[in-house]
Amino acid sequence: MVSTFTHPARGEDLPVTTTSQAVAPDRDASPSPTRYAAEESERSAVVLEPRHLRVTYGRGANAVTAIGDISFQVRAGEFVSVVGPSGCGKTTLLKALSGLLTATSGEVLVNGQVAHGVSPGLAMVFQEYTRSLLPWQSVRGNVEFPLRGAGRRRKEIAERTREALEQVGLQDFGDKYPWQLSGGMQQRVAIARALAFRPTVLLMDEPFASLDAQTRADLEDLLMRVHAETGMTIVFVTHDIDEAVYLGDRVIVLSHRPTEVKQVLGVDIARPRDQVRTKADPRFVALRTEVLELILAEKSTQQDQGHLD
Amino acid sequence: MSAKAIRMLLGLVVPVALLAAWWFASASGTSPYFPPLSDILHSFTEVWTTDRMATDLLPTLVALIAGFAVAAFVGIGVGLAFGLSGRLRRDFRPVTEFMRATPVVALVPIGLIVLGPGKPMEIALVAIAATWPILVGTADGVRAADQVALDTARVYGLSARRRLFSIVIPGAMPQVMAGLRIATAAAVGTVIVANMLGSTSGLGYMVVTAQQSFNILETWVALLMIGLVGCALTALVVIVERQVLGWHRQWRALDHSSAS
Repeated sequence: MVSTFTHPARGEDLPVTTTSQAVAPDRDASPSPTRYAAEESERSAVVLEPRHLRVTYGRGANAVTAIGDISFQVRAGEFVSVVGPSGCGKTTLLKALSGLLTATSGEVLVNGQVAHGVSPGLAMVFQEYTRSLLPWQSVRGNVEFPLRGAGRRRKEIAERTREALEQVGLQDFGDKYPWQLSGGMQQRVAIARALAFRPTVLLMDEPFASLDAQTRADLEDLLMRVHAETGMTIVFVTHDIDEAVYLGDRVIVLSHRPTEVKQVLGVDIARPRDQVRTKADPRFVALRTEVLELILAEKSTQQDQGHLD
Repeated sequence: MSAKAIRMLLGLVVPVALLAAWWFASASGTSPYFPPLSDILHSFTEVWTTDRMATDLLPTLVALIAGFAVAAFVGIGVGLAFGLSGRLRRDFRPVTEFMRATPVVALVPIGLIVLGPGKPMEIALVAIAATWPILVGTADGVRAADQVALDTARVYGLSARRRLFSIVIPGAMPQVMAGLRIATAAAVGTVIVANMLGSTSGLGYMVVTAQQSFNILETWVALLMIGLVGCALTALVVIVERQVLGWHRQWRALDHSSAS
């Protein structure tokens, strides 16, 4: 099935700071029988929106501005990749989005409401799965613990957990401890935990960065399948340009510190995508080249300014 | 035979060999200070099947268990507070360092003055001695709570209370249990010394009176029982530890096997 989603010339990709319609593609009018998140995105509601987010560490002369000014919009069902030069504060951005970190100024809107502290509708998958999963809890216990204590019925929790483990292919491993599983399986447990939580937005902080290449490719495809099945909104931070383009409906390219949104690219590549064919697709190659050039340009200006870290 | 059974049998080789050596060396010995092991064991069963259980063993056990329970309660409670609050930890560091470095045996005279001879003094001293390892272990374990695990819990909306009970405390358990294990030795040592210096009953008192009346056999009998009490308390802690930390033992075993 080929998506009817088409993207305008990339000359229209505006820095998102200046507009809430960074991606306003002239869509093919004919309805498509297959639902793609990207298609939905521009008519569905904005679920996550940082507005002029700024994060400064320290005070006075020692103050370091990690995030200069970040604004963008994420719509329901979208898969947004965030990529930037190394050390550009990607993790800081995610922490500010989730509310783990209080922004120095600016605000984050979740479902249109200004978030104070950690927003209830968000889930996060961390890069460090060994630390994010509790070693004294079984796989099932790890998926269940965020669901407990919110007045949910035991039966509902068990049902959601079973379903989430099935979605990541771990239905037979519920009784194992996470450390009895491989790295890729452990990160699948973390993904299942997020799925069972059914968040408004799933934030992912370089979730596949510490996995080997084959496992990473498997998990990328698993994540795309789950995204298609659930229609969940995902913000996926990565330093891997291929991964960002391969997975995203849009790619937000960040600048070096103090971080701002440098550009937003719409990924006009049909879903379902495929590790072999999509990555050989001229559009994919063109997009990844463009992102790479943007990031290399960022790196060189950073060096010119003597901001090397 | 499984490798585990063989390892267990091998583990018994040294203790059995030592006992055998003691048995044969003392059997033909003429030294009055080292009576034959057979005599000691014979006397052991005689002594500990009479009401000596109540007069000599029970008082020590009561003081030991009560003191240890107080130490566990206070050590874990205060250790939690210290682990959670850097400020508390810093403010109290001079006090904790001083108390940790002071041998509790040196407190027996003060204990005798303040509380007089008897149970309360013994319990208090055991508690003081056993509290420190538990407190330090708990505080370290709580401090070492994994930031990523805590962030995960926060993102998923767990209250501070639930983060404490479902992340911080379970994560600290290995170090809490290590503290409890170390504390058993301190508790047993202290209860015996307190018996010796400030009591008219208990195993420590029994050792001293037997020795002073040149009842060498009974001195050995009491000594053997002290060793057994120490082992029993440690075994108790280990049993609890296995219940609480089954995951940890397997985890470490796995780490070890994959590392080697």
